[in-house]
Amino acid sequence: MTHGAAPILELHDVHTQFPIHNAWGRRVGWLRAVDGVSLSVARGEILGVVGESGCGKTTLGKTIAGIHRAGAGKIRFEGNEIGDLTANEGRALRRNLQYCYQDPGASLDPHWKIGRALEEPLVIHTSMSRTERHARVREVLAAVGLPEGHLDLYPHEISGGQQRRIGLARILMLRPSLVVLDEPTSGLDVSVQATVLRLFLELRERFDLTYLFISHDLGVVRLVSQRIAVMYLGKVMECGQTAQVFASPVHPYTQSLLAAVPVVGGRRVTETFLLEGEPPNPGSLPTGCRFRTRCPRAEARCATEEPALRVLADGRQAACHFAEL
Amino acid sequence: MQAELLSVRDLSVSFATEGGVARVLDAVSLTLRAGEIMGLVGESGCGKTTLARSILGALPPNAQVRGTALSFAGQDLLTLDPRVVADRVRGRAITFVPQDPFSAFNPLFTVGDQVTELLRWKSPDRRPGEYFYPRARRRADRGRALAMLRAVHLADPPRLLTKYPHELSGGQRQRVMIAMALLPEPKLVIADEPTTALDVTIQAQILKLLRTLANEHGASVLFTTHDLGTAWEICDRVTVMYAGQTLETAPIEAFVRRPMVPYTRLLLESLPSRNAALQGIPGDVPSLVSPPSGCRFHPRCPQASDACRAEHPAVSEQSAGHYVRCHHPQLTAVEAAAV
Repeated sequence: MTHGAAPILELHDVHTQFPIHNAWGRRVGWLRAVDGVSLSVARGEILGVVGESGCGKTTLGKTIAGIHRAGAGKIRFEGNEIGDLTANEGRALRRNLQYCYQDPGASLDPHWKIGRALEEPLVIHTSMSRTERHARVREVLAAVGLPEGHLDLYPHEISGGQQRRIGLARILMLRPSLVVLDEPTSGLDVSVQATVLRLFLELRERFDLTYLFISHDLGVVRLVSQRIAVMYLGKVMECGQTAQVFASPVHPYTQSLLAAVPVVGGRRVTETFLLEGEPPNPGSLPTGCRFRTRCPRAEARCATEEPALRVLADGRQAACHFAEL
Repeated sequence: MQAELLSVRDLSVSFATEGGVARVLDAVSLTLRAGEIMGLVGESGCGKTTLARSILGALPPNAQVRGTALSFAGQDLLTLDPRVVADRVRGRAITFVPQDPFSAFNPLFTVGDQVTELLRWKSPDRRPGEYFYPRARRRADRGRALAMLRAVHLADPPRLLTKYPHELSGGQRQRVMIAMALLPEPKLVIADEPTTALDVTIQAQILKLLRTLANEHGASVLFTTHDLGTAWEICDRVTVMYAGQTLETAPIEAFVRRPMVPYTRLLLESLPSRNAALQGIPGDVPSLVSPPSGCRFHPRCPQASDACRAEHPAVSEQSAGHYVRCHHPQLTAVEAAAV
C-alpha cells in the first residue's frame, strides 16, 4: 500500500497503566499494560497487532479509541492530539475512529432489535432525520451483506458470523476513517472466517477504511495486513512489513511465536517446539529485556540492559540486542 | 492392527425443541483402537461435543438416545446399569478434558481439594463399592497426584495443591485438567477442544504433553476440535462431522493430502495458511430439525448432482481405512491431486 501520505494515526511512547491494589484497597504497584509503544499507521493501511493474551494488544486498541486513558505519551489522529482530551472533546474528534469489540454478540443489547442498535450511533452523533437515518441503516446493512429482514431480529436470533457483520455495520454507520478491530475472527469457524475477512477487505475498498487489526491468530494477520507489530508484555518487539517478518523473523519472540503455529500438511510443531513456560506476571516485569526469562538466546547483558526498538537495514524495527538480518 | 477399544454403531441422539425434534446425531458410527488418537473435526453445531458426551454418558436429561451398540472394552454402555457406568466407567475408564479450563474448576475449593475429591472416588486403587477413604490409599493417592503434576510440567506441585483455581493461568489450569484426566489411569480420554482457549505457544506445549502422556499411559484419546491445525499436530486418524453425520474418516496423512469428500476439501482450502483468495464455504450449516433431503451437504456443495439431492449417500470404504459418505468421492480426489 501507499506510504507517501502523512500517517492517519501516530503513537509516540504511549503508556497505559492500571493500579494494583492490595486487599485493603491500598495501591501497591502499577500494572504496565502498555509500556511505551510507538507506532504509525498510514492511511488505507492494515496494521496487524499480534501477541499472546495479556500482552496489552487490546489495551492498546482501547487506549487509541479513548476507552482507557493513556498515562503518558502522545496519540495523534488525523493531525489532532487525542491522548489527553476530556471525554466530551474526545468524542467529537473520535467520530472517525471506531472500535469494534471482540465479541459483538455480547456487545449488542439483547433487548434491542438489530435495527435500533444500528441506528443508535446516528442518534447520538448526528442530527439526521429519522428517514435519513433509516436510509443509512439499510444502505450499510446491504453493504455488509445482510438482508433487510434482519432489522427486526434480536441478537440471539442470528449466527455468530452474522453478529460480526452487525458489529461491523454499527461502526460503519458514522463513516469512520480508522477502525480498531479487536480479535474480529475469534470464535468463528474457518469456513465463516474466510468470508468475514473478505468482507473486511471489501468494505475497506468501499469506505476508504484504515484498520488496526488486533489478533492472536497469526495465520489471519498474515493474510490481511500489510504491516505487523508483535507485542510482548506491553512493548513492541518487532514491527515491519508482514511478508518480511513472516519470511525471516529477527526477534527470538517472533521466531518462537511463528514456530508454534501448526501448518496442516507441514512439519509438526509439537516435535520441534522449544519455547517453555508462560509469560511472566505483567505486574512484576523482569529486569532488562522482558522476554529474557523465556528467551533461548538470553545472555548476561539481557538481564541488565533493556534493548531499545531499533531500525534494521531493511526498514523493520526490532527490540533485541542480537537482532540482525 | 491393535484391538478395538470403542465401537459406536448407528448412534442417534435427538432433542425435542420448540421448533420440532432436532436430530443432533444421525446414525453415527465410529471405532477407536487402543492407544490411538482420533480427531473429531467439524464446524460448530455439527454434533461433535454431543458425540463426545454420549460416549461419556453425560448428556442432558432431555436427550433421546438410540443406537445399535456403544461398546467400550467389551461392554455395551447403552445397556449397562447406569450405576455401574457412574461408578466404574465415567471418570474412571473414560475421562474428560473440558474445553474451558476457567469454568471447569469449583472456585471455592483449592486445587488440592478437587484433586483429592477426584481420587477418593476414581483412584485406580479404589475397590468397587468402597465408600470410605483409607489413610493408606489417601497417602498413595497424594504421591500419585504429585507425580502426575510433575509429569505435566507444573512447578512445585505441593504448593500448587494449596492454591485456588483463580491463582493459576489458563495454561496451568489446562495442565491440571490433563493431570486429573490421566490420574484414574483411564483407557480413553475424551478431550473436547482442550486448546481453543489458549495461546499458540501454550497450545503447542499442551498438545505435546497430551500426546506424550497418552502414549506413555497407553490411553486412547478422542480429540474434538474445529481447528484442523491442532488435529494435524496430534491425531493418528480423523473423522469429519457435518450436521450430525460423519462424512469422512481417514488416517491423518491421507486426510490432508488426498481428501475425497468436497466438504473436507473446502474445509482444508479455507485454512488461512493456504487461502490467499479468502474463499469461505458459502451458505450456512443446515437446520437439524429439518435437514436437507439426500446428502446433507448438497446445498453448499459445488459438485452436487441430482443423485445428491435425491438420495442419501451411504458410507463406503474407498481405500484401506478411508471411509467416505459421498456420491462422488473419486471426483474430489482427482481434483485435489491436480491442484
